Amino acid sequence: MIKRLLPLLVFIALAVLLGAGVLMNAGRDTKAIPSPLLGKPAPDFALPVLDEPERVVSKADLLGQPYLLNVWGSWCPACRDEHPVITDLARSGRIRVIGYDYKDEADEARRWLAQFGNPYALVIVDADGRAALDWGIYGAPETFLVDAGGMVRWKFVGPLTPEVVQEQLLPQLEALE
Amino acid sequence: MLPELGLASLALALMLALALASLPLAGAQFGRPLWMATARPLAYALLIAVVVSYGLLTWAFVAQDFSVEYVARNSNSLLPLHYRFTAVWSAHEGSLLLWILILAFWTALVARFSRSLPAPVLARVLSVLGKVAVGFLAFILFTSNPFTRLLPEAAEGHDMNPLLQDPGMIFHPPLLYTGYVGFAVAFAFAVAALLDGRMDARWVRWSRPWTNVAWAFLTLGIALGSFWAYYELGWGGWWFWDPVENASFMPWLVGAALLHSQAVTEKRGSFRGWTLLLAIAAFSLSLLGTFLVRSGVITSVHAFASDPGRGLFILAFLGIVIGGSLALYALRAPRGETGKPFAPVSRETFLLLNNLLLSAATAMILLGTLYPLLAEALDLGKISVGPPYFGLLFTILMVPLVLLVPFGPLSRWQREQLGQPLRWLAPWAGLAVLAAVLAWFAWPNGTGKTAFGILGAAWVAGGTLRFVWNRLRSGSRGPRFTAEMVGMSLAHFGIAVFVAGVLLTESTSIERDVAAAPGTSFELRGYTFEFRGAEHYQGPNYQADRGTIVVSRDGRPITTMHPEKRAYASGGQVMTEAALDGALHRDLYVAMGEPLDGSGSWALRLYVKPWIRLIWLGGLLMALGGFVVTFDRRFRRPLGEGTPA
Repeated sequence: MIKRLLPLLVFIALAVLLGAGVLMNAGRDTKAIPSPLLGKPAPDFALPVLDEPERVVSKADLLGQPYLLNVWGSWCPACRDEHPVITDLARSGRIRVIGYDYKDEADEARRWLAQFGNPYALVIVDADGRAALDWGIYGAPETFLVDAGGMVRWKFVGPLTPEVVQEQLLPQLEALE
Repeated sequence: MLPELGLASLALALMLALALASLPLAGAQFGRPLWMATARPLAYALLIAVVVSYGLLTWAFVAQDFSVEYVARNSNSLLPLHYRFTAVWSAHEGSLLLWILILAFWTALVARFSRSLPAPVLARVLSVLGKVAVGFLAFILFTSNPFTRLLPEAAEGHDMNPLLQDPGMIFHPPLLYTGYVGFAVAFAFAVAALLDGRMDARWVRWSRPWTNVAWAFLTLGIALGSFWAYYELGWGGWWFWDPVENASFMPWLVGAALLHSQAVTEKRGSFRGWTLLLAIAAFSLSLLGTFLVRSGVITSVHAFASDPGRGLFILAFLGIVIGGSLALYALRAPRGETGKPFAPVSRETFLLLNNLLLSAATAMILLGTLYPLLAEALDLGKISVGPPYFGLLFTILMVPLVLLVPFGPLSRWQREQLGQPLRWLAPWAGLAVLAAVLAWFAWPNGTGKTAFGILGAAWVAGGTLRFVWNRLRSGSRGPRFTAEMVGMSLAHFGIAVFVAGVLLTESTSIERDVAAAPGTSFELRGYTFEFRGAEHYQGPNYQADRGTIVVSRDGRPITTMHPEKRAYASGGQVMTEAALDGALHRDLYVAMGEPLDGSGSWALRLYVKPWIRLIWLGGLLMALGGFVVTFDRRFRRPLGEGTPA
């Protein structure tokens, strides 16, 4: 009997997992997960720059001006989706956009930028994803807004859309200004 | 007025589906012939109602009725006419309607081509299909109505997703859905057999042709989707292990296992419970795929609709359909194996191994697809599952499968001396190794991977040829070739071609990124790519830069290529239209990057991809094999009630 019940039990376990997934998404609503970092200082990091691997950028180097940290990877299809949005945002000059190249091959990342355009003021590389743990990054794309004093103001999980920029990011920027 | 009529017709379809789901089934359970006889007419009526509804939505697109919200969101007045037809299924609501349309077609086809079925069986099968239709119709009507009006009417629409404005998109979703939904028929036969309590070989014989056709359509759909991603995403890859691709690949793998286990059950009576379970699993995974794509549980390029309400609805539906059928299975599945016994070396054993490997691959993909979700739910930390995981594990599971392919057909049912197929295959193994060694040393730019590709392909092709040769020599007993054997051989040749394509392409492709000023040339694998410059032009609903690249080899011009970079008028989405020059032995592929400065220079991405066409050719052969099998005369012979297994 157990043998014949097994498929059903496996399915029930699967259904519970999927149900939890749906409810997590529902609670998340606009995908803006409350991050423990919100309102707190950004974590310390020191990561190399994509085009100049010997140059290392740390948290202190970015202080003084707010910036948008956009986590992406050349392997990530959803990053392609949000790329025009990031590009528009960077072109508008409202905010400095820093690319965070996550778990990626440097060559692939460079090719990707050559292909779709490079909107980033600077691209830092986290090849093994270790620094990402401190940021609480669990995938790409994700986007953080960090103010001039190095505080994390806003976080978004998933591809940015024009609506999200309009309804969430721009009010945050206005608050900063 | 017309959109309201479409909605009314959809509501009517729900009523008809409810009747179909209950009345014939009750007739079969209580032995009322009159109730059972309603199954056929109800199936036809359901089809008509759904066709009317689908036709009216299409008309709203063609006539550009922007007072319908769905039309306003997914098309605009600049959209060319042929894309207005495909825009119908370019987003959530319409693609569900397409699902229902195809389900209604399958249901009507079962009703039409089922003269040899006893009335209670037909009544149960159509009833189960009716239940599936009820679920989807309710889903559309209560959460995703495509006919919702927009007040006030929009003056202009938004646009169809530019990624989908492509000829490949005309055929990809219908083919894929035809495959997905087709598994509903095998599922319905399995559930009907469980309800009936007669799980002998008969239900399997009836459902085999349907399973084959569904699987063949799914193969075509996946192959076309892969080809579309290859040239439309501008990235040169043909498979990304994206959750949505995985969602279509899992039912395909289980469907392939089902084809083989159905053959065993039908001919030998073995694997009865297993075949039932696979029939349930194939359709369950199709539904799960729909859930993953539609619920937004897993983010992906394809997941264009995410809405928790919809997610919960589909989940509840999944729970009823899959949970219900598995509970039925737990209660009713045959106790103990009743088929003919078989020895450790026999065709049954080889097919069992095939089933185990395909199921393990499915489980592996399911785990990898859901792992991020699991890790998030259990707060296990952040581990990403990407192509390396899938690529490695899939290869580990497929190597033994490729090794075993030739053994199944060459072994006898029930008992075989391992020496016999080995003797037949030894010369082919030798030839395959020889070819691989030659490839290792002599293949232009080849690597070890190239040699393995040749080895695997030659082995499978050789083993299949040996089978063909054995049949040709077989004298008196029975027909030399049944359609079933021809189809099987074609599909196995397809595997050989596919294996060769994957490994040759992966090992010998080359790509290069260049900064090209007008007039400069670049050399890649003996091909000279000369960039002649780019010009700006205005398309129907986009603006574009169109490059011109002349490709020559040894001074002789081969082709002129025009990659494009398009900015769509609405939404401002930028699309890369890669230029392709395809031939069987190599594809030349050029994609435009960014303009580099004011002087007309561009970043270009150049590829030479040898033998990549074999990947899709292999898929075509497999699909063709699936179709050919259904012409086997055994499926047309009417079966008496008492025919033994």
